[in-house]
Amino acid sequence: MDDNDLAVRVTGLQKRYGEKRAVDGLDLAVARGEIVAVLGPNGAGKTTTVEILEGYRRRDAGDVRVLGEDPQTAGRAWRSRIGIVLQTSNDLAEATVSELVHHFARYYPAPRDPDEVIDAVGLREKARTRTRQLSGGQRRRLDVALGIVGRPELLFLDEPTTGFDPEARHAFWDLIAGLRDGGTTIVLTTHYLDEAEHLADRVAVVRSGRVVAVDTPADLGGRSARRAVVRWTEGGTHRQEQTDSPTALVTALATRIGGPSGEVPGLQVLRPTLEDVYLGLIADDGTVAGTPAPALVTTEAVR
Amino acid sequence: MTATTASTTRATRPGSAPRLPGTLRLGLERARYEVRGFFRERDAIVFIFAYPIIMLAIFATVFGQDGAEVADGVPFAQYFLPGMVATGVLLSSFQSLAISIPVERDEGGLKRLGGTPLPAAAYFLGKVGQVLVVSVVQVALLLVVAATLFDVAMPGTAALWGTFAWVFVLGVATGAVCGVGFSSLPRSGRSASAVVTPVVLVLQFISGVFFTFYDLPTWMQQVASVFPLKWMAQGMRSVFLPEEAAALEPSGSWQHGATAAVLLAWLVVGLVVGVRTFRWRRRDDG
Repeated sequence: MDDNDLAVRVTGLQKRYGEKRAVDGLDLAVARGEIVAVLGPNGAGKTTTVEILEGYRRRDAGDVRVLGEDPQTAGRAWRSRIGIVLQTSNDLAEATVSELVHHFARYYPAPRDPDEVIDAVGLREKARTRTRQLSGGQRRRLDVALGIVGRPELLFLDEPTTGFDPEARHAFWDLIAGLRDGGTTIVLTTHYLDEAEHLADRVAVVRSGRVVAVDTPADLGGRSARRAVVRWTEGGTHRQEQTDSPTALVTALATRIGGPSGEVPGLQVLRPTLEDVYLGLIADDGTVAGTPAPALVTTEAVR
Repeated sequence: MTATTASTTRATRPGSAPRLPGTLRLGLERARYEVRGFFRERDAIVFIFAYPIIMLAIFATVFGQDGAEVADGVPFAQYFLPGMVATGVLLSSFQSLAISIPVERDEGGLKRLGGTPLPAAAYFLGKVGQVLVVSVVQVALLLVVAATLFDVAMPGTAALWGTFAWVFVLGVATGAVCGVGFSSLPRSGRSASAVVTPVVLVLQFISGVFFTFYDLPTWMQQVASVFPLKWMAQGMRSVFLPEEAAALEPSGSWQHGATAAVLLAWLVVGLVVGVRTFRWRRRDDG
């Protein structure tokens, strides 16, 4: 892929604060039109990386291209092509939703229709409400409205659904999926694994200032990380086995110990969730490619 | 929440990209937005509009008891009015910006703006526009109160109003620009008023706002002469006091040239400092 197909290309990015290497040789590529979720523990360098991409911070080393330009030197025209939704803030208190969306639209050369944006984020009924009277979730949707009103090609979302109730979160996911369907590239940071799984085309896991894994949510961590665990009871003890072919194993078990009914006592077929894989990837011992220990695995029955 | 935005989105920008809105136009838009926001903060309105009026009432009453006068035919209310005009401008320009900008920075509002194509210059223009509107309303109220309740004679010639206009506009611009320049000094929004208020208070006391300037010790007059408030007050005295009152000035004249020069110098200093130190983000934010 060349730069025309890439919304973001980062190679060898480094950023130090004093002695601390916040970002230490990070590589990342985001294709146009995809949603990439950046995951990682607090202090892993996510925010620093994203803020370098957004042009807020300067890098110490490495190469960064965002929409084909270097964020450190890019000008207003570049700014008009990206949208930024920062973490929760409490500014804008005295202006109404409608005033703000219309006002911010004027900063951009080819904005979306502000009223359509207000409808899209579900704030039509609150259009004449001042920001200070909005709930946390409504404020967050206003943040998104201000981030997308300029019709960005690339949208940065920093922990967009923190503090949402489940219903609001699902509605928000639909909104983001709608943006993607319209061709917007999205870089998302989140602490919610289900959010990454639901929204992201690819997930990048950051640990100690580097990307330690990047793949689709289904394939993250490699095949071995997602191998099924089959558990059963045999001779009064619990047994378990990791396998790539759980069906064959279960069939064999049914034949061997299933008796006339073919029922295997205590049978469970489990598959590690994205969360299990993620926790394995960011574990401190550095066993990046290792399979999470089955005993520690919080599991989800295979449907 | 629905996904209706999909229908209005397009993936690629056409070859002839629409032009970015101009800085001046955005400055006007920002000014409109800022003025509307200002008039919604009722507590700030009461303080900014009432303060010079209350101060005029207190000092004119205390010093002017039993019909005392500063000089022949110059009652205390008339002598203090120019100082109150000047201090009002200082409050609504310098103090209000030097406090409100750090608060906006703390709340994340500036960082949000910094992520949009809004030029910093348009943000500053908006601030200056807001300060200008607020100062005009404030001074108009003060003059009405002074003329009706304290019987202060208003200037009678176009030339005097001309002087009033240029001292006022230059004072507002200088105060606003210095407020922007000063706004990077407070470390946080919470400390801003603690840092800014003493500066403003000291300037008021040494610049002849609360006392007759000619009664102050010479060294204090000299210190005050470095700062713009003294010159704004003096310029306003040349508008509201009779010509003979120039004799009360330490220099014996109104010194319009020096007034313009000092205010302009601070305007330039404020601009340079503001442009070099202004930041969208908090200091602790990388």
